[in-house]
Amino acid sequence: MSYNAVEEWSRGSSPLHRRAAAAKLFSLTVFLLVLATAQRRLPLLAGALALILIAGFQVASIPPLAAMWRAAAVLPFTGLFAVMSWMSGNPTHAVELMLKSYLSALTVLLLVGTTPIPELLGSLELVKAPRFLLTVVQFLYRYLFLVVDEAAHMRAAAAARGGMTFQAASGALAVLFVRSHSRAEAIHRAMTARGFDGRFRPLFEHPFGAKDVQFAAVAAGLPLLARVLTDWYR
Amino acid sequence: MHIPDGFLSTPVWAALDALAAPAAGFAARRAQHGFDESKAPLLGVMGAFVFAAQMINFPVGVGTSGHLVGGALLACTLGPAAASVVMTAILAIQALVFQDGGVLALGANVLNMAVVGVLAGYLPYHLWGRGRMRKAAIFAGGAFSVLASAVLALAELLLSGVHMPAPAMGISLGLFAVSALIEGAITMAVVGALEKIQPGFVRQPAPGHSVLVSALGITAVLLAAGGVVFASTSPDGIEHLAMQAGIAKPLSSYGGGAGVAGTGLIFLLLLAGGRLWRKRSA
Amino acid sequence: MPAVVEVRGLRYRYPDGTEALKGIDFDLNEGESVALLGPNGSGKSTFALHLNGLLRGQGEVRVCGMDVTGASLRDVRRKVGLVFQDSDTQLFMPTVLEDVAFGLLNQGLSPEGARKTAQTALELVGMGRSSERGPHHLSAGEKKRVALAGILALEPDLLILDEPTTFLDPPGQRALADLLRNLPQAKILITHDMPFARAICSRAVFFHEGCVAAEGKLETVAARFGWDFSTH
Repeated sequence: MSYNAVEEWSRGSSPLHRRAAAAKLFSLTVFLLVLATAQRRLPLLAGALALILIAGFQVASIPPLAAMWRAAAVLPFTGLFAVMSWMSGNPTHAVELMLKSYLSALTVLLLVGTTPIPELLGSLELVKAPRFLLTVVQFLYRYLFLVVDEAAHMRAAAAARGGMTFQAASGALAVLFVRSHSRAEAIHRAMTARGFDGRFRPLFEHPFGAKDVQFAAVAAGLPLLARVLTDWYR
Repeated sequence: MHIPDGFLSTPVWAALDALAAPAAGFAARRAQHGFDESKAPLLGVMGAFVFAAQMINFPVGVGTSGHLVGGALLACTLGPAAASVVMTAILAIQALVFQDGGVLALGANVLNMAVVGVLAGYLPYHLWGRGRMRKAAIFAGGAFSVLASAVLALAELLLSGVHMPAPAMGISLGLFAVSALIEGAITMAVVGALEKIQPGFVRQPAPGHSVLVSALGITAVLLAAGGVVFASTSPDGIEHLAMQAGIAKPLSSYGGGAGVAGTGLIFLLLLAGGRLWRKRSA
Repeated sequence: MPAVVEVRGLRYRYPDGTEALKGIDFDLNEGESVALLGPNGSGKSTFALHLNGLLRGQGEVRVCGMDVTGASLRDVRRKVGLVFQDSDTQLFMPTVLEDVAFGLLNQGLSPEGARKTAQTALELVGMGRSSERGPHHLSAGEKKRVALAGILALEPDLLILDEPTTFLDPPGQRALADLLRNLPQAKILITHDMPFARAICSRAVFFHEGCVAAEGKLETVAARFGWDFSTH
């Protein structure tokens, strides 16, 4: 999966990587809020935010162009609606759609490009996301690539035989389902063998230091400043 | 349909986030059964299964193929609460890891696909899954699940002021209908294949009074959404409806709060349904 | 020498009724290494799952002097380290360190203590620098070593390894064999890999259709059943 590149990025050691995930999550939220609620002079604000993000990618040693290319995946879907808006006589809305959806994707990419997913999930507990749900996400993430690879093999094998019929595809899904279920049972055995008693205990405490506060102040302050300036500048 | 950030107006995404959070919490508590977290790996792995399953193409004629969405299949094998948790986990991973679907819009996507989609997928099975209508019930579940989430998403977009000329609307609704039929067919086929391998996987639907609440909830949601969608085909368009409610930008006037009222009704019904469910299991 | 494993008359039926074990007697002493040989489906893995209480059959099963039942299960599972054949089921946490620390946290260690002990165990198996990695990025050999680390961190008295060399290339097999040879624990090795068995075990037990068909010196047992695919 092409996600491997982003995972590589997330295992870097830049100053951004070393900041607490909670601080980055906070900054992401501010960024997205600033973007989502903006109405005036959007292209100007978008430009400013883009510059901030690109600077962020640079600090994180992530090639900005690669990131910007990856974020562009949202554009075809958005483009459809943008075209409809334009043709309905509302070009501003069309531009708004494109800019907002693209920059939002780029912001999320900066977050996950500098924070390994397990760490990010741990910080979500701080915002009171249900622990059970987060544990499910954790296991989903762990086994995602494994199960997807199994499916990819099935697909390749079928392609070699000239493609699957509807019935064969249902059979394939049923097999995948059963295998996934068996795997879950085997995982449970492995957990029991190592003393699992129904509770997952966290290994990492998530320290939040002075540097993280400073970072959050800057990372949230910059988009807010940009927004204030573009809103009120005459 | 995963709604990216930037599409929904602030009142809409904020309200939906506010609705989705307690709904997700409720589903998580229901699925967990107390303090035992040992089902988490199963749900996680089944979430991975759904991702993988979406890669398998089902030929549906003339060079096109569809794929499983999964809400209904999860609902009749894991139960609606667990299915809801799995779908929520999937949506979270899609938004964060693949930037497929927005982060602020996550509430909307969760409500559409993990809550309403799952409930709509489970309801027919709950009502008719025991008798001779079983296969039809499973088909209906798959179809309703996709239809409900798509119509709801469309309604949210229209309420936010996203423009959709009538022909595009017609095409979208047509596509929704086709996707719904495909999902119904795939869900029915996979459940059939599963039962051949091992009947135990597909659970027997439990009888109960909460059916009425779910039925009310789904109907209300679909009425509200459908109302929004079809109102948009009127000459004045849905923007007017939204303007009156003050939740989208341009200016005009119409009957206003239908969409907002619908949302409020959903919330109340979810709450009521939650109370009733809890009482039933106590 | 004190006995690590004492099994008398172990019988087990699968839920569908088939008899998997038909009365097994088995002994293992401290520091001994024994290979479990036999055809697929002869009950080797099923037998192993009784030693840490994952399966419960009839008969006596005593590990490190404790009966493998209810109250003592927690202690038994600390003393018995089972390395499953499929490393992907064994490494279920998102990072290597979290996985190795899993058992330690369950035993009540503090997060800090668990981190330290886990890191030490990783270094013992030569994976000290991989603590932050996700298991899906590791090679088969690396995964096997991490799985072993997760077991060794708990300081077990008995190691059970189920087909550990599946998916390992020859250098990986040798590395694992070297590692195991230097560990003091009693070992049960379920394997088809004769060179690997020879490198670690001097004793063998041959399973056939749920019974112990023979036991004794590895070479004798293997030769008796033609279990050695070599040309000499």
